[in-house]
Amino acid sequence: MRFDYAPAPESRSVVTLRDSYGLFIGGQFVAGSSAFKTVNPATEEVLAEVTQAGSDDVDRAVAAARHAYERVWSVMPGKERGKYLFRIARLIQERAREFAVLETLDNGKPIRESRDVDIPLAAAHFFYHAGWADKLSFAGFGPSPRPLGVAGQVIPWNFPLLMLAWKIAPALACGNTVVLKPAETTPLTALLFAEVCQQADLPPGVVNIITGDGTTGHALVTHPGIDKVAFTGSTEVGKEIARSCAVAGQRLTLELGGKAANIVFEDAPVDQAVEGIVNGIFFNQGHVCCAGSRLLVQESVADEIIESLKRRMGRLRLGDPLDKNTDVGAINSRVQLDRVEAFAAEGEAEGAQRWSAPCPLPDRGFWFPPTVFTGVSQANRIAQEEIFGPVLSVLTFRTPDEAIAKANNTPYGLSAGVWTEKGSLILAMAGRLRAGVVWANTFNRFDPTAPFGGYKESGYGREGGRHGLESYLDVLGSSDV
Amino acid sequence: MSEVSEVAVTGEAGRIAVRKTYKLYIGGAFPRSESGRSYTVSDHADGFLANAALASRKDARDAVLAARKAFAGWSGATAYNRGQVLYRVAEVLEGRRAQFVAEVRLATGASAAHAEAEVDEAIDRWVWYAGWADKIAQVRGAANPVAGPYFNFSVPEPTGVVAVLAPQDSPLLGLVACLAPAIVSGNTCVVVASERLPLPAVTLAEVLATSDVPGGVVNILTGRVAEIAPWLASHMDVNAIDVTGAPGALADDMAVAAADNLKRVVRIPASDWAAEPGIERMVAYLETKTVWHPLGF
Amino acid sequence: MSEVAASDASLRRFLHGLPGVDEAGATARATMLASRSVKADAKRQAIDLAISMIDLTTLEGQDTPGKVRALCAKARHPGYGAPMVAAVCVYPDLAAVAAAELAGTPVKVASVATAFPSGRSALEVKLADVKSAVAAGADEVDMVIDRGAFLSGRYLAVYEEIQAVRAACGPAHLKVILETGELGPLDNVRRASWLAMLAGADFIKTSTGKVSPAATLPVTLVMLEAVRDWQGMAGRQVGVKPAGGIRTTKDAIRYITVVHETAGDDWLDARLFRLGASSLLNDLLMQRARMETGRYWSPDYVTVD
Repeated sequence: MRFDYAPAPESRSVVTLRDSYGLFIGGQFVAGSSAFKTVNPATEEVLAEVTQAGSDDVDRAVAAARHAYERVWSVMPGKERGKYLFRIARLIQERAREFAVLETLDNGKPIRESRDVDIPLAAAHFFYHAGWADKLSFAGFGPSPRPLGVAGQVIPWNFPLLMLAWKIAPALACGNTVVLKPAETTPLTALLFAEVCQQADLPPGVVNIITGDGTTGHALVTHPGIDKVAFTGSTEVGKEIARSCAVAGQRLTLELGGKAANIVFEDAPVDQAVEGIVNGIFFNQGHVCCAGSRLLVQESVADEIIESLKRRMGRLRLGDPLDKNTDVGAINSRVQLDRVEAFAAEGEAEGAQRWSAPCPLPDRGFWFPPTVFTGVSQANRIAQEEIFGPVLSVLTFRTPDEAIAKANNTPYGLSAGVWTEKGSLILAMAGRLRAGVVWANTFNRFDPTAPFGGYKESGYGREGGRHGLESYLDVLGSSDV
Repeated sequence: MSEVSEVAVTGEAGRIAVRKTYKLYIGGAFPRSESGRSYTVSDHADGFLANAALASRKDARDAVLAARKAFAGWSGATAYNRGQVLYRVAEVLEGRRAQFVAEVRLATGASAAHAEAEVDEAIDRWVWYAGWADKIAQVRGAANPVAGPYFNFSVPEPTGVVAVLAPQDSPLLGLVACLAPAIVSGNTCVVVASERLPLPAVTLAEVLATSDVPGGVVNILTGRVAEIAPWLASHMDVNAIDVTGAPGALADDMAVAAADNLKRVVRIPASDWAAEPGIERMVAYLETKTVWHPLGF
Repeated sequence: MSEVAASDASLRRFLHGLPGVDEAGATARATMLASRSVKADAKRQAIDLAISMIDLTTLEGQDTPGKVRALCAKARHPGYGAPMVAAVCVYPDLAAVAAAELAGTPVKVASVATAFPSGRSALEVKLADVKSAVAAGADEVDMVIDRGAFLSGRYLAVYEEIQAVRAACGPAHLKVILETGELGPLDNVRRASWLAMLAGADFIKTSTGKVSPAATLPVTLVMLEAVRDWQGMAGRQVGVKPAGGIRTTKDAIRYITVVHETAGDDWLDARLFRLGASSLLNDLLMQRARMETGRYWSPDYVTVD
């Protein structure tokens, strides 16, 4: 009996798209002078026109944030600030379906992921940080830690609303105001979030959302009116920002790229390890800074694991991101697709063996099938450089020491995975892996209470948890400039 | 006479009020006392307000059973979930603000301004504790750098069933200030309400019952503190007791009885309930568990 | 494989050498599969598939021939144009009644045996139980493993008992009930599954339905992984039967989803997958009617048997 799922499309009707969006400054949507389009990467359909913020607009936004900081937000008692954040959390929960559909339309990720991961985590992030607003004296930073002032925040396109939550929630909880620039290919959920701020009656200017491309981002992070810069994105841009903050003196946190090793030992719980490998690199189409993009499998079980992995990959459903049964959605943009294809070609040229899941690709849109390269060695580019797509490189190791050496042998240090039934091995590996996040017998798990961030060129500073508050308080932290 | 009875006698506005029956709150339900007894509750001017249930030792026994039964589920819920529930209590309480202001005024004779301030503070106190649910472990837990190849961590855990003798003179805010810190971390509670001013506690129970608080997490008994408290203080399945609402010598007796199973006894002197509390009332009901695990290949 | 089954120790080394099961991971996978959206044609197909895979069950102390006859009538003709169920499952002393009622139909007679549900009886008694069921006309025998022996590591006893029952079954197919609700961790579910397959089970079954929890998605997931891996190793296909606690169409469809994405579509057939249930059938019939008419249905319109 052949069985297959019928199409199960989530309806788009819950979302009302405007033809064009202004900038959210001082509590209002204001028009700008130039615009660009945002596109649904699954269909290449234009979703809306969005304003390109120029340097004047950035000035206005920073001024609005400064005004709100000095007059309203920094003098408001923490318990009242917290209540605004609780309202925002509740509003995101109330409008969850709308946010999920919009995120999928703009980003290309499957609706199941937007619905079950991105949106709930974003709401939870606001809920968690709401509770810190009036408890900062208990956070371990002294009796009454003060905020930094105005934060300029630039976020990437891979988890648009979630990255916004990771930036705005702690900043506001600690008493700062913000100017945030979403990624140019994924501005829509940030603009919907601006509506939520209005519904929450958030005082004008506390949150400002300015859309635009890299030039807008550059203007924001180099603006003299910013006290604190927070950036999540590529390591290359992160280094530029570090240079400019070194001169200008703003506090800085960076969350950059990664090339995580997902280490599978011979005594791993095999079925769950295979799920973890798949989740580690194909969740969100591999557009994850902490993706498990290198599988380090113990040589004694390599063949068995790879065979199980391919069988599992063959079950991945690639297609319409709005279909509730889709596992793998679209690549976010033409530019990113070109990059992924170039790396895959490079991998083959370097002599690794390529295998892709045999899923048919839709005609329109940006698509890449889940792909695994075996026979990869450390020297290959696909083992060293971040691809940021659904491409897994497989290497082998013989002993734990060798696994550690290979795992750490990278300028990055964001995350790592360890799969074994042996507890002492997990803890020993965790102790020696140079990575800010170690997942044992799981992968890609996030929680607002758990600090997240990288070692080495994966950035500095932590987001989430008690530790994450430090970045938005005027306390000396070793991670900042 | 109370406002309610005046209206009934004079027939002003013509409509006869449907008066509420004030019962116990046990296991998520509102039973009368198994003893069938009640006692008169008066307002601040000694006018008749209501007959509240007069709880017996068996009601106390049933309340402890309900609290114990609810403990596994409540302590096993995620901190996030408990935080959401406590925040929901605040939402529902906010919705009933006017009702509680009226109840507090009737009970204590407070001015409108004072009663409103008290109710607002009670709501904000729930919000404050809601925000602690997923943070207390980070403030009270630790990874300990032991001298050896071991990973070692200490985590706080709820102690179990907590008996709370609620403050006698602060029927809403004082009650919330003693109750919320116990349940936020996963303990379940049996509360003995203020003897003279029990009605806001019963109305609060209605809020809890409609706020996703699982049945049995909070149980509220009304009646004579001197009659009920000793049964809770000596109960071998109660893990902690807050003797705030026990006057002087009775509090000493309760603490002595509590020693039979080494209950954790909370005797924090009652002060300004509106002041921001520290974390002592949460910490009092937390055990600390330290775990060792070797590191090695 | 015979060296593996030489002693408790060798069986223990083999069974405990199988990969472990991480409970959080297995549960997360089952939960994700349960979120699959099965609509329209897929739902219609799944409903009929589920009906055709039901072992319609009555295992009550108060069962009588009349009760069994009513159940058999329903099994042969559920109504609403639905297909027949796979089998009727009864106690051994009523197997003859079921066999008479179902003669000439494709519906099988399954009988529990081996001192069901506890399994606590002498081996001779259990084997006699099996033989009487088969003699009475049972096509399939659902046995219980000795959980006491399993949990105390006496794997050889469990193994040999299954082999003896298999022999006593003659031509009848053997389903081995693991009683997963008593086994504890999912690791034990994996080990018990392999032990049963090593010993010759035709089907592995989750539960008697008399102990809670009965069938669950994570347990069934682990068992489907086991039969998949067993086929890879031994070349033989063993069936899986979750039983107990499967009450709604939604539940049934979730199990079908887990089969589809774990062992594969070979197992979406009454030869290799059964649902042990009783009230589930009526819910499936009501859902079937809803899909055809567009209206929500009432229990008044399906028969109580």
